[in-house]
Parts: sequence; structure tokens; C-alpha cells
Amino acid sequence: MLLIDCPYCKEKLPELEFEYAGQAHIARPDNPSEQTDAEWRDYLFIRSNVRGDHAEQWRHTHGCGRYFNAVRNTVSDKFIATYEIGQPRPTGAEKGEEHDEQLES
Amino acid sequence: MSKFSALTLLKGALTDYKNVEPQWPDAELKSEYDVIIVGAGGHGLGAAYYLAKEHGITNVAVIDKGWLGGGNTGRNTTIIRSNYLYDESARLYDHAVDLWDGLSQDLNYNVMFSQRGVMMLAHNVHDVQSFKRHIHANRLNGVDNVWLTPEQAKEKCPPLNISPTARYPVMGAAFQQRGGTARHDAVAWGYARAAAARGVDIIQNCPVLSIERGPDGTVTGLQTARGFVKAKKIAVSAAGGTSVVMDTAGVRLPLESYPLQALVSEPVKPIFPQVVMSNTVHAYISQSDKGELVIGSGTDQYVSYSQRGGLPLIEHTLASICEVFPIFRRMRMLRKWGGVVDVTPDRSPILGKTPVQGLYLNCGWGTGGFKATPGSAHVFAHTIAKDEPHPINAPFTLSRFETGRLIDEAAAAAVAH
Repeated sequence: MLLIDCPYCKEKLPELEFEYAGQAHIARPDNPSEQTDAEWRDYLFIRSNVRGDHAEQWRHTHGCGRYFNAVRNTVSDKFIATYEIGQPRPTGAEKGEEHDEQLES
Repeated sequence: MSKFSALTLLKGALTDYKNVEPQWPDAELKSEYDVIIVGAGGHGLGAAYYLAKEHGITNVAVIDKGWLGGGNTGRNTTIIRSNYLYDESARLYDHAVDLWDGLSQDLNYNVMFSQRGVMMLAHNVHDVQSFKRHIHANRLNGVDNVWLTPEQAKEKCPPLNISPTARYPVMGAAFQQRGGTARHDAVAWGYARAAAARGVDIIQNCPVLSIERGPDGTVTGLQTARGFVKAKKIAVSAAGGTSVVMDTAGVRLPLESYPLQALVSEPVKPIFPQVVMSNTVHAYISQSDKGELVIGSGTDQYVSYSQRGGLPLIEHTLASICEVFPIFRRMRMLRKWGGVVDVTPDRSPILGKTPVQGLYLNCGWGTGGFKATPGSAHVFAHTIAKDEPHPINAPFTLSRFETGRLIDEAAAAAVAH
């Protein structure tokens, strides 16, 4: 079972209290009507699925109920950092996630 | 390589199988191939076999970072069925069931295909309506699937608890008689043996580092742990590792890799005649020929390449199974394991060409790729050989995520499958 540090509650708690909410730092396009089909595909479906450090969203469903971000290694499942929504990613983006820069707000 | 028959079985029995010969050579990597398939699981080995058998392409290598059949082919719960809702899926999965029937004879290798039937339990009104809709859709597509009352279900599967006061009452079941199980390792071994006999090289323990492309964008070969190897065509059939391999060719995919777990109990005498699945409580169960109950769990909620999984899922699965089958409450579990499954947003596979010339893709089978092995391998080989998809896999394009023409089995079943 993963132990996850909620950045709002400042407490390390078991995975069962949390819900995974997908890759982090993917912002909805500001100008939806001007997006091409390929851009919509990238926003909606393409994911880094990186084998290594992965920036992702979690929700402390059975605690404060708030969303936060985390960087976790997808091979060891070890959490490297958790941080509040709106904060920049604390560690450098890996190769697979560099492509996502145009999607970030 | 000798052909298996009743006579060779008898000879083997009389000589204590002391004269068993290797079933395929551990090949050396050549410098150039017509086709290289990345991933020596059932899908990859099967594609190599059909390339050699049906398309006469034998200068083929199947290359794997680990051992043959050591990924999801050797980690699944061996269930075979084709009762999918949409026309495209029904055709694809039923093509596989057609090929499963007769595969042992075709490969001259016993894959222990057993059409014991797959029963899907309905626990609430939504399940009943959704399964009946599936049954009608299946019948229109020529896929066998019938509705059973709780009593009929109990008659087929005596350990089932159909008490109306159960936590998850059984309100009926959908039943596909042509579904069942097969011996997963034997599928990989059988395809490997039959492909190697036709000249295919099987290269194990050789990780692919990158897919190389020429100035015009066409694939030129693979950079591997054993050096560069030229290839006219490259077909990636790497399940959970697909995103990592395809990223090296500059192709980014709508895939996420999740751990999926399964477990087996101690072996017991025959008690469980079918495969029983419960989508609502998310548990499925069958009994292997060795006597173990083979139990499948769900995927973890987070992306991971760990080939493990969290214990909360196992606990949840076993709690559900004990509720539906109280008879198993005192059964001991022997082992659990995990695999990494690549899941698409619409829960249908991607099976066809890519934007890169000479690069072909078979991925996104999520939690249910084993059942499709022969069908998928068959149409994938066609796609590689002809450079155009077979009519059966034509809808399963990568471009559907751009056009929006999804095959949304995720919405159809509302669960992973």
C-alpha cells in the first residue's frame, strides 16, 4: 500500500484515503474553438505514460477532499514530492513529458 | 523438429521423456531482417507464425527484453470470450475464438483450449438491462450468448450463492458457451515452436533501446542491447512497455500502463465448472486443470511499471468472491502476481499502421488481450505483410483518437475488461 503525504493535511496517510486523478499539468486550451483535431487529441488522450518520474494528480477524497500534485517514480512507485495545485513541478521534467510544454498554461 | 502425435506421447511415456529435444533454438541476432517484431508474447509470436505460414515472410525476428511469454502472456487469467457489444469488437474477438478452435491442431501443440463457458453475473437492474442488450447485440453479430435465470446459473455452476438476501444477489447471468480458457504458456510455446520451425528467429533477453528512422522518416532498424539490426518493417507488440518503445520513434500514444493483479488458490478437486465473472464487484474466477482457483483482480488506480500491485485490490477481490461463493471462505491463496497492462481511453486496442512508414502497432489491449491472441496475431500479420489493415482490424486505428471514431467498449461495459 502506498503512503501518501497530503500537502494540505501535512500528514502521511494510506493510499485508501486517496484517489488517483491522472497526469498533472495538462491545462485545457484557452481557445477551444481554434484547436485542431490533433490538438484536441493531444489534450484529451495522449499521455506521457513515462517509465520513471511522473507528475500526477491525486485527490485526498477521504480527508480534506482537495486535489494536489505529486511526482512519483512509476518503476519503484516511490513518491518523490507532493505539492499544492498551482505550484510548478519541483523536479525537472523527464524526456517523455517535455512534449507537454505547449499544453501547460 | 519432430511432430507430436499419440505415438510420440506413448514413446515419451515409455522412456520417461528422457529424449526430449529443444522445441525451438535460441537464435543469434542476424544483421538484417524483413520484419522484426518487438515483444515475444502470444501476440508477437503469433504474428510471426502467421507471417511465415500465410504470407511466406520468413526472414523475421521476434525480439524480447525478457524471456518468451514472460510478460502478460504468462500473467493473465487465461479467459477467452467474444461477447463484446460493438460490431467492430465482436468481429475482432470472435475471429479469435474461431481460431482458438483448432489452434492445437494447427500448431501441433496442445494449448488446452477448453470451451467450458463464460458466465457473467448480473447483480442489479442495470446489469440485467446491460447484459440483455449485449446478448441481443451478440446474437445479431452471430456471437453465441444466452440469458440464464439465477436457477439456471446455479444449475450450471453449483458453488454459486443465489440467495436473494446475499450482499450481491444474482439476478441472472449472460452465458457464452464457446468461451472458456486455454493454457497461456502453451500458447506462447506453441506459436514459438511453430514459428521457429518455419525459420523465424526468436531472440530473448535482448532489450530494444530505440527504433531508428532514416532521413525520410521510414524505419531503418532497431538499436538493441546486442547492437544495431536493420529491418524493413518493425512491428511493436510490447503491451505495457509500448509507450516507452514507441517514444523512441517519436510516436506518442493515448496509452496508460497500469498494474493488474491475479492470484491462485491451493489446488483442490474439480468444483468449479465454468469461468464466472462479476463486473459489478469486479472479480472473476475459474479453476485450472491443476485444480487451483485462478482469480483476477482489477487494475490499480495509478500508472505504474512495477509489475506489482497494491494489496487493497486483492483484499477487495477476495471479499467479493467470498460473498458470491461462500464455499470458498476457508480456501487458502498460494500466490499473487502482477503484470503491466496498456489501457486506451476507449478500452479497445490499437491494431494497425502508424504515421511512420514501416512501423506497425499492436497495443492497448488493456486487461483483456489474451483472449484475442490468435485473432489479433492473424490480422496483425496481414497488416504487416500487405501494408494495409485486414477488414477486421481496419477500425482499430491510432487515428481514431483524432477523428473521434472511438470504439467505446469502456462506456459499453462501464468496467475494465
